[in-house]
Parts: sequence; C-alpha cells; structure tokens
Amino acid sequence: MWPIDRLQRQADSTPSAEAPLILAGRVGNRRVVTAACEAAIGLGLRVGMPVSKAQALVPDLRIEAADARADLEALERLGLWLLQRIAPIVAVDPPDGVVIDVTGADHLHGGEEALLEMLLGRLTPSGITARLAIADTWGAAHALARYHRESTVCMALPGSTATVLAPLPLAALRLPHSTGAGLRDLGFATIGDLMDTPRAPLTLRFGPELRRRLDQALGEVAEPIDPLRPAGLIEVRRSFAEPIAAAETIARYIGKLVTDLCTALEARGEGARRLDLLCWRVDNRIETVRVRLAVAQRDPKRLTRLLCDKIPSIDPGFGIEIMTLTATLAEPLVARQASSLLEQAPPDISDLVDMLANRVGHRSVYRLSPVTSDVPERSVARIAALSPDQGLGWPGHWPRPSRLLPRPEPIDTMALLPDHPPNWISWRGIRHRVRRADGPERIFGEWWKRDAEARAVRDYFRIEDEAGQRFWIFRAGDGEDATTGSHRWFIHGVFG
Amino acid sequence: MTELVPRPTVAALRARIAHLEGAETYAREVLPFGVDMLDRRMPQGGLAVGCLHEIAGGGAGAVDGAAAASFAAGIAARLPGPVLWCVTQADLFAPGLEQAGLSPDRVIYVEAGDDTAVLACMEEGLRHGGLGAVVADVARLSMTASRRLHLAAKASGTTGIALRRWRRQADASDFGQPTAAMTRWRVSVLPSAPLPVPGVGRPRWLIELIRARAGESFDLELEGCDGTGHLGLPADVADRPAAAAGRQHALG
Repeated sequence: MWPIDRLQRQADSTPSAEAPLILAGRVGNRRVVTAACEAAIGLGLRVGMPVSKAQALVPDLRIEAADARADLEALERLGLWLLQRIAPIVAVDPPDGVVIDVTGADHLHGGEEALLEMLLGRLTPSGITARLAIADTWGAAHALARYHRESTVCMALPGSTATVLAPLPLAALRLPHSTGAGLRDLGFATIGDLMDTPRAPLTLRFGPELRRRLDQALGEVAEPIDPLRPAGLIEVRRSFAEPIAAAETIARYIGKLVTDLCTALEARGEGARRLDLLCWRVDNRIETVRVRLAVAQRDPKRLTRLLCDKIPSIDPGFGIEIMTLTATLAEPLVARQASSLLEQAPPDISDLVDMLANRVGHRSVYRLSPVTSDVPERSVARIAALSPDQGLGWPGHWPRPSRLLPRPEPIDTMALLPDHPPNWISWRGIRHRVRRADGPERIFGEWWKRDAEARAVRDYFRIEDEAGQRFWIFRAGDGEDATTGSHRWFIHGVFG
Repeated sequence: MTELVPRPTVAALRARIAHLEGAETYAREVLPFGVDMLDRRMPQGGLAVGCLHEIAGGGAGAVDGAAAASFAAGIAARLPGPVLWCVTQADLFAPGLEQAGLSPDRVIYVEAGDDTAVLACMEEGLRHGGLGAVVADVARLSMTASRRLHLAAKASGTTGIALRRWRRQADASDFGQPTAAMTRWRVSVLPSAPLPVPGVGRPRWLIELIRARAGESFDLELEGCDGTGHLGLPADVADRPAAAAGRQHALG
C-alpha cells in the first residue's frame, strides 16, 4: 500500500479519489500492475496482473507510473521521522516497511501496547495505511505485520514466535520468488509445514537462504538492524582496542563523546533535543540509551550528567567495543544575552525537568492548565513542564476539593428529591451523617463531545459530616427527569 | 509561655550555640504563617526555610491527605519560585490547590512509579536550588532518606515538604517513627463554624505541631488556607485573650 499512500499524500486534496488507482511498472517486457488501491482491489484487480487486462476489466482506471526510487526515498523520510520520535534504531525494510528496535524505548511511550496505539494514531490521519506488529525478531515482526489476518495491530508475546508464525503463508519468510514457487510446488503452504520438515533435504534443494531466513524469523540466528543514519546527522564515535565494561570507564568515554558532539553542534549553531547513545557489544548486540531534552542544549556538563544517569540501564555483557553518540534531533540554538542587572532572571529549571523526565518518562513530568469545561475531570489538561505561563486560572466562585478521585465512586445515600442534599452517605463501608451541605451546583453534559451527554446532568453538593470531613458528591440526573441520568449518587472528591 | 517578647540577647546566644553545633537546628530564614498565635509559638517565629518538614493528615486524612495537601499548598504558595510536586498517584485537583493559593503556572508535577522513585525525584528537586519548594506524597520515610533530603534542602535553601500519606489507615502508625525533619505537623479536619444560613463555612483544621527541633509542640484550631495561602484565625478564638485560648486547647 505504501506506493499508493505516497502518491495520494503527495497529490493533496485528490478530487478523483473515487476512481480506482493502479501503479504500472515493467517486469521484463510486460507492463504489470505493481500496486493497487483499496477500490481497485475491490474491483478484482491484483498486483502482478498485466495492465492491459486491468484496463479491460475497469474502464475508468487511473494509471500512474510506478517510481520505486521515490518510494524508497519517501520511506527513508518516514524512517527518519520515526527515528526522531520513537527509538534510536530504525531501518527501512524495502519495499514497503520500516523496522524499529523498541527494546528499551517502549517504556518512554508507556509500554508496547501504548506505543503501537500512538503510532497508529499518528500514521492513519496522515494517510498511511499502516500495519504494525511487535515480535521477538525482525523476521517474525515482518511476517506478522504483513500476513496477520485478524487486525492491523499485532503483538506477539515474548517466546511465542514459533506458535504465531506457524499458520502464516510461506511468502511471509522473505524468500526469493523462485524458492517460494518451488516450495509451493512441493506442497508446502505454511511456515509451520516447513518447521516440521527435516532441514538437510530442503537446504540441499533450495540452498542455504531458506534455512537462514527461517532461523532469523525464529531468533536462532542473529539479524542485526543497521540503523538508518541520514546524511547531515551529527554523530561522534569511539572505538576501543579493548572492550570496556566498567561503569566508570563508560562514564569517562561518555564525557569525551559529549565534548566532541558539543563542538560539532556549536560549529553548526545547533543544540540537541534528542541524544542517542549506541553501544555496540562484542557479541554484536546494540545497547541503546535515548535522552530527550525539553529545550535545545549543547552544554557538555548537562548532557553528560543526563547520559551518565542512564548508565545502570546499559548491560555491557562481555564488553563494549564501539560507542556512538548521535544528536538525532537538533534545533538551532542561538546564544542569548543575559538580562539586565536590575531584574532578577527567573531560575532556569530546564535541566531539572530533563533529568526527571528521563528518569520517569517525559509524560510523567507536566504542568496542569485550565480548560474551559464545567465537567471537573475535563477542566484540567496536562501541558509540557516548560511551556510558557498561561496566566489563567479556574473560576473561583465555588470551592473545589484538593483531591479528586480518579473516577467517581458510587455511594449509598438517603436524600429527598429533587434538590436536597442527602441525610447520610455511606462510602467504602463507613456511614457519614451529613450535618451541613452546600448545593446543588448543576453541571450539564457537553453535547458537542458525545451524543450520550446531550441531556446528562450532574448536581454537585459539598457536604460536611459530624466529624468535619468534607466531601464533594454528585447525583447523576436532575432529580426529576429519568433521561438526564441514573439518579445514583457518587463521591468525586475530598476537601481539605 | 515566658517568651512572649523576642529577646535579642537570647536570639544571639541561640545563634551562637547553633553555630557551635554546626548550624543544624538554626535556620537562616523563616516563613511566618501570618497568624500571630501560631508564629509566636514556633521556634524563631515561623517555618524554617531550606529544611525538610513533614505533614500528615489526621484520622481519615491519613489516607486521603486532602487537608494536608491544602496546608502544604498554602505553605508552598507563600514561598517564592516554582514548586515541584512529586506523586505516585495523580489525584491532586489543581483548581482546589489554586484556591489554597497555589497558581497552576507555578507547579510542576512528577508522577513517579513508587515511593523510592518519588524520594529520588524529591532529592533531585531539592538539590537543584532553582525551586521554591518541593512537595512529595510519600508513605514510608526512613531516617536515612529523610536525612539525605534534609541535607539536600539545607545545601540549596529549598524547602522540602514530605506529605505523609498511607494506603491504609493502619499504616499511619508509621508516623511515630523518628525522622530528620525539622518539624512534624498533623492536620485534621474539624466541623466548620456554623453559618447563619444553610451551607458549609470556611474549612477549619486542628493543626498539631507534633515535633519541632529546638521548639515545643502544641496544637491550635485554625481556619483553612485562603486564596493567598494564609491560614485564618477563627472568629471565636480571635476575640479571646491568647493565653486563655492556648490553655483551652492544651487541655482539649
């Protein structure tokens, strides 16, 4: 789908999007269909079919010339985008794939599942028909992403590679075309058939490639990913005559790499926003460390400190032989003049924010900003910790609790309808007799958000029990009309 | 209650003793609460800036920590500079904190996975020096951890507030364990003053100073933080002589 997506993304606002589109390329002397859009596939056109036949089947067919080079270049651009945002090791998997090593990078995005969801959410609106898979090996992920039937997103549990690969067709193994055809002639249909067969006769007949691909998919043979390094990326590198493993040694070389990198950044007038430290181990595995910065930086001391903070996450194994440091995302950084003597500059806390964000994840360091919404849980939005001051606040004419429960909890009450506060409430098995109460404060559902909220109403009360505990409770519904809510009571917050 | 008037000689002697002791108990700067009855009974007349303090809720407040959070927000609001608030579960309601005086532009929240990570983030914030206050919701606080935090706070002059909050009511007995904090407070909710009309009045708290270095403990009934983070004196106490009020609360 990639060539089609690329064309349709380039031709913005396609008026003739309804007309089925195919791409035509040459194989030998024949003009064949190399890609077809959803509509064309629905009409019975197939990849590999002669173009003349396709034209005969569908009269008003749009035909564009296939451009494999432009496809690859666009794929590299997508790979670069992923490199800057997702993980330090990204490579293109031509003709239509990108492979990402998410080991050690998934937690920055809230886990593997959240990562896939986020990727799908970013790719789909920009017109890319993406199929995603996470598996133990490149081969398995390649196969699952392309041939897994049930959904566009697929996660294979660790260690389940053989099980999930078994039902997939042979084409999923990245075999040369002739080998695939030969195996089909012999009656092999799925990868599972191949796994059950003795290897020696197969190797004798089809050569070592078949065995290599199968072992790669099953993880018995290592398949290193050669990371995409586009031209113009600032990268510094150190190779060691003897492999290094001690934390102090790693820290010392990180310091040297950072100094080199900062010199290179300064020469270009840039500061780093993302730093990737790649450590090639002697057993041909790459340990990665990614550091995000909230604002562009090229202060060697700060960058060294951020990277050294991550040393415990590097597993040196039998030793590290090469270390490279890359400024994956760099932004122009111009020196600013310090403010005048009279005014006191606000303290710079960007280094603290970077430090904390790299330790607990950049989503977990935030500020809260007001949103104009009466619904309490929607009235607060998370913004970046270093965003400029909003100068806004919440309307202060009603008291608000200092702790809001993650979600409202149902309570038992006895209350007069329609607009009296309860006489008592029972929350978490403890009964509180209500002595004083304020309310109701009526909040209407936001019909522009969801249809179900068109008539929804909440009546909030602030109550105080005889011990002085103050709670924020509400009734779903206005107390008269059953369509406005269930008329059950909930507790939503605790006042100080 | 002999020391109603601050005496310069005594203060100078205290400073000298503190200097001999290695500036351990003597704070360079204090933050007065702005309530005379409270400040007069604190050593040096206010909350020591650049130290670690502990606050817990009393009763059910040990679990929900609502009153303690408002009390801490009031203190942080009156200290200049940004505030770092480290939590394990994000249940703080920013509009409520704003009503205790803490503007949303000043607070950076850090959501860390567990108590250890929260303490590490708190120490990082205290060491930095650019912040006004660091607040952290923690359950367990060992002597070693609190000592580290206190030293970090002393070195940078940032005030640290450990908001002790436990998952279960039974765990709150942990509050009896010694820590290196400068002061230890317990804030419990009390019924608000009756209004002439139906409704809930300004929150009222029983504020107990359970432990203070170089000071005496006491308890006091006060009204919750206003929009600037200041506590209020209840009207029925304000009209009475201070000594009488003190005696009454000491008995009750």
